[in-house]
Amino acid sequence: MPFEIWEEARAREIIAAHATESGSTLRILHALQEAFGFIPEAAIPLIAEALNLSRAEIHGVVTFYHDFRRELPGRHVLKLCRAEACQSMGGDALGARARAKLGVNWGETTRDGRVTLDAVFCLGLCATAPSAMINNRLVGRLTQSRLDALIEQAQ
Amino acid sequence: MTLIQEIDYGTPASKAEKNVTLTIDGVAVTVPEGTSLMRAAVDAGIQVPKLCATDSVNAFGSCRLCLVEIEGRNGTPASCTTPVAEGIKVLTQTERLKQIRRGVMELYISDHPLDCLTCAANGDCELQDMAGAVGLREVRYGFDGDNHLKAAKDESNPYFTFDPSKCIVCSRCVRACEEVQGTFALTIDGRGFDSKVSAGMDEDFIGSECVSCGACVQACPTATLIEKSVIEIGQPEHSVITTCAYCGVGCSFKAEMRGTEVVRMVPYKDGKANHGHSCVKGRFAWGYTTHRDRILNPMVREKISDPWREVSWDEAIAYVASEFKRIQAKYGRNAVGGITSSRCTNEETYLIQKLIRAGFGNNNVDTCARVCHSPTGYGLKETFGTSAGTQDFDSVTEADVVLIIGANPTDAHPVFASQMKKRLRSGARLIVVDPRRIDMVRMPHVEASYHLQLTPGTNVALLTALAHVIVTEGLADEAFVRERCDWDEFQDWAAFVAEQHHSPEATATITGVPAETVRAAARLYATGGNSAIYYGLGVTEHSQGTTTVMAMANLAMATGNIGRRGVGVNPLRGQNNVQGACDMGSFPHEFTGYRHISDDATRTMFEAFWNVPLDPEPGLRIPNMLDAAVDGSFKAIYIEGEDIAQSDPDTQHVVAGLENMECVVVQDLFLNETANFAHVFLPGSTFLEKDGTFTNAERRIGRVRKVMPSRSGMADWEITMAISNAMGFPMQYNHPSEIMDEIAHLTPTFAGVSYDSLDALGSVQWPCNDAAPTGTPIMHIDHFVRGKGHFVLTEYVATDERTGPRFPLLLTTGRILSHYNVGAQTRRTGNVAWHPEDLLEIHPHDAEQRGVREGDWVRLQSRSGGTSLRAKITERVAPGVVYTTFHHPETQANVVTTEFSDWATNCPEYKVTAVQVSPSNGPTEWQSHYQELSEHNRHIAEAAE
Repeated sequence: MPFEIWEEARAREIIAAHATESGSTLRILHALQEAFGFIPEAAIPLIAEALNLSRAEIHGVVTFYHDFRRELPGRHVLKLCRAEACQSMGGDALGARARAKLGVNWGETTRDGRVTLDAVFCLGLCATAPSAMINNRLVGRLTQSRLDALIEQAQ
Repeated sequence: MTLIQEIDYGTPASKAEKNVTLTIDGVAVTVPEGTSLMRAAVDAGIQVPKLCATDSVNAFGSCRLCLVEIEGRNGTPASCTTPVAEGIKVLTQTERLKQIRRGVMELYISDHPLDCLTCAANGDCELQDMAGAVGLREVRYGFDGDNHLKAAKDESNPYFTFDPSKCIVCSRCVRACEEVQGTFALTIDGRGFDSKVSAGMDEDFIGSECVSCGACVQACPTATLIEKSVIEIGQPEHSVITTCAYCGVGCSFKAEMRGTEVVRMVPYKDGKANHGHSCVKGRFAWGYTTHRDRILNPMVREKISDPWREVSWDEAIAYVASEFKRIQAKYGRNAVGGITSSRCTNEETYLIQKLIRAGFGNNNVDTCARVCHSPTGYGLKETFGTSAGTQDFDSVTEADVVLIIGANPTDAHPVFASQMKKRLRSGARLIVVDPRRIDMVRMPHVEASYHLQLTPGTNVALLTALAHVIVTEGLADEAFVRERCDWDEFQDWAAFVAEQHHSPEATATITGVPAETVRAAARLYATGGNSAIYYGLGVTEHSQGTTTVMAMANLAMATGNIGRRGVGVNPLRGQNNVQGACDMGSFPHEFTGYRHISDDATRTMFEAFWNVPLDPEPGLRIPNMLDAAVDGSFKAIYIEGEDIAQSDPDTQHVVAGLENMECVVVQDLFLNETANFAHVFLPGSTFLEKDGTFTNAERRIGRVRKVMPSRSGMADWEITMAISNAMGFPMQYNHPSEIMDEIAHLTPTFAGVSYDSLDALGSVQWPCNDAAPTGTPIMHIDHFVRGKGHFVLTEYVATDERTGPRFPLLLTTGRILSHYNVGAQTRRTGNVAWHPEDLLEIHPHDAEQRGVREGDWVRLQSRSGGTSLRAKITERVAPGVVYTTFHHPETQANVVTTEFSDWATNCPEYKVTAVQVSPSNGPTEWQSHYQELSEHNRHIAEAAE
């Protein structure tokens, strides 16, 4: 997924576009992440200024939600569910396999910048556990071989 | 003497009027509806274990230690978040609750260092107390799992440390920063096990938005946020209630002591001005009291170029008396005088004016209020009848519209600013009139509806334009005016302000404020509900300072915004005792309680009591004294607690006056700038070393209590007394309480004030007498003190200080949060971490035109003089306006200010000086010359063997 290169003027434009909406902090953060792939540190004072909140408050929101990234992700993002239903259907083993194959830990990106591996806690797909999500596409009934295929595609 | 332990009710008090009765552990208790079970339990004498609750912030319900059971209800609700209900039966101590609480504590302690014995909070730690209260005996989880025990300490703040390894993430600090202080500098970073307290964006405290008010330290239940002084010294063993000696808010503090050493200053919850809150100055910046620069021995010299010679108190006092007598014999009775200060206690100020009027035999007494709030005294007395603000601070909680004019509360009156911000967050609207975009204009969770960014010096034009809108749009409260004010005067005034040349459209060219903004602000002030005016030196320190004060009074009367809670006209006094110094008769024309010295009845009473004839003619004001000194007719001065060489305008003129005198006596803590020109230095005592009273901006008289012996050996009132006795006018007081008794005897508005009554009431707002035995929070309730409210016509007259080709910019001056006035105290504390030098704020446009970059040295030149300092480029100032502070003697901002002053009171026009700014490569000639002179004149001779 190609992202825009950080530019303050562009960030201000995105912030201004959402500043007057209700729940504007989260909307702005989502929009920024969509544009830049993550929430750059430099964006936080800009949001605070625009919404007349403190830097601390925005920082608190950004760090509360795991979905908001603090760094640029890999070109592909693989999210494996680690919540109870998926665990009971062998999710842990799949998680271990993914980490070993990619050579990264949870939340890390492969050195070549191709894949980021994230743990998520419930994708709402318990009926098809174990579940995953790759680049915003949901995948159910994951098996070792399907996982290997996903990783291979991503690499 | 013991340590004062204040009760923590866990949650704030409910203001509901309806009461509810319930039983807690079998004890019946009746409390206002909306009270938490936790607070009701305290009322019933029962302490429910708690960690995340404290009564300065709203209930949060996170620690799960305060759980209770309620008969007939399921579960174990948190007592902090559960409100009382009629007839319920609450149990706070059951087997089930014991088990849960112990389990919760076990989890907390499994991630907490077990270093209680070497911990700075040992003996003052709620976590430790709760472990004891729940009977924690073991931690079954062990200490090997993931933990935060190695988290790094943040020691960046000069006064407190943040040690996250001891943090239980109760969020009390975060909530205190938001709810109490209103800065929102703290947050919880992350979630779950990873959550941690973070300043700003995970910054260190000093670099974050933190203003070091201490609210977080106050709220912390563990050693996570703790004063460095406690780490160094240990826990205090006794406390003394006293009043802060910094600004006019007059916060009440507990000086927590170990022997005669201050361990920390803790804001007192019962303090009626501050309700347990504080700012960086009062809470932390008291280190100057033991600073090595303190002068502890009296010193004398024949000529100011001689080195100082340390002498005994007897010799110093005898020298002062003989010099003053000699000079009076040679140059006449009126060749001497004195200046008291808003830094002194009421009793000290009273004694100085008594010494001058009765001992010197003239009325050459003035106070530094001359240079700050003298127009307030004059203006409010003329219009309402009393030289004082009309409200108590708590009144702001009922204001719907707050109008701030020429005041910068977040920097200069931070504790009141927090109270004001709290009210603004809960819905009050705000209008700011200021040439600068001060923080109150826009800061997290506060935003002014209108910022009237006027050109310095045009207050009267703007206020009259507001009045024009109110009158011509029919927004005046006619019923109020008819009942309370002089109707004929009102009609004259209404006709005057209605004139076309007072309209916002006509005055926009003068004030620079768009007419529509002025109209909208006027409508809001007149129709927004309770409207309250708060103002500062941006009103008074102008050639039309007094006119502006009266223009504000006109607005309040015309709209009926006076005489009840939530409204009024309120000066924010800069110094701790401006109000008191003025009350105590330290102006040349007035006795205590603002009674003119030409009033025969009053003068006769003083003459009889003091047993000496008094001069019925007013004496010299400070500027007159200096003029007379330059002329050669004024030869000796006794100055207590004021540094006129730094704080008064047109420094070179002040210095010329001082240099021309034969005996300058300075009584102060440090060799200040004025002492460079002094012949006698009398070392004074700090507010921690003496007894007395201060009167804050809301007329509240608070006790100052001695917590340690005077390091110089004499309290200031004792020094004045000794001089008086040596001059042949006997004074005999054994304690300042006796001076207050004399004040009360001679002053009707103080008749009910005594140290006993202050001890009983905590503090009291004057008038306090038979008619108001517990004081007067709100003035002018049924009628104005003067009878009918007096409308004054306020014609705008431009100051003679004009910009032109040579001096195209307007300089205005002010203060900053971390420093106080001339900085003699705060520069000798850790506060220098925030503001090590004065900076010149300049708009990017003006900076670019002059080729000035951020941090460059610039020369600031007016027709009076020039100085150099570094530039700070900012849009807080409008184009054409520059701003600086006057906290540092190296800068000497007052070299630049002029001799212009208020028409009625001579209050200097600090706020408007035409200047030019140009790039520079360092200090000016005057600065280098002064620096040399200062170094030379400070020399103290080695003590003789």
